[in-house]
Amino acid sequence: MERVPILRIGTTLFVSIQIDLQDESVLQLQEDLAEELAATSARGVIIDITAVEIVDSFIGRMLATIGSISRLFDAETVLVGMRPAVAITLTELGLSLRGVRTALNAEKGLALLNGTA
Amino acid sequence: MEELPIRTGDDVVRVRQQVRVVAARSGLSLVDQTKLVTAASELARNALVHGGGGTARVEVVTSGAGKPGVRVDFTDDGPGIPDVDLALTDGWTTGDGLGLGLSGARRLVDEFELTSKPGRGTSVVVTKWSR
Repeated sequence: MERVPILRIGTTLFVSIQIDLQDESVLQLQEDLAEELAATSARGVIIDITAVEIVDSFIGRMLATIGSISRLFDAETVLVGMRPAVAITLTELGLSLRGVRTALNAEKGLALLNGTA
Repeated sequence: MEELPIRTGDDVVRVRQQVRVVAARSGLSLVDQTKLVTAASELARNALVHGGGGTARVEVVTSGAGKPGVRVDFTDDGPGIPDVDLALTDGWTTGDGLGLGLSGARRLVDEFELTSKPGRGTSVVVTKWSR
């Protein structure tokens, strides 16, 4: 199983998913992020899915869960870089990802977190 | 036609990759490729989690009107689905998900055929045609 790295930049945790996600990797990411949030008192999480070719119901649910977990640590999650084909497919699949904020790219996501958007 | 085993989470990823390659080669649009690969991901996970593993067969097909398409056949030898209509209902779940896997996969493809016999396994055949 491949692990998704988490970078800390100031008070923001930055996750860029560059691998073909299998279920175990997503679950591991969820755990790693929770620990990182507890340890660093970060205020925001940016998840960059620019390189992600599909988001199915499991991956989508996990992304939403990460948003809920972050909130328990007083941090906001922003999902950035969703491909148009992924957005269309997710909607048709019936997943709305309620509770997760989105931005077009990492820069806009960061602005959203910093309240400057 | 290619036959791929579904025994581990890695296998699910390999099925997705193979379906993507065949769909791109058959001329499906990027959105249609993404829909088919997403449906394949749901069905491969079902075969692994609920069917205890199985196989996926990926093949290029041609419609009566001469259009190319991709067909994927998922088969498992698991416990089967007692009530197929119920399992295809949005929101119906075995307990650990959102209940969108099977019903969502059906929405993402052009043809969807599910056969299941309790105690004898499940087969789901999906087809996506190029437009």
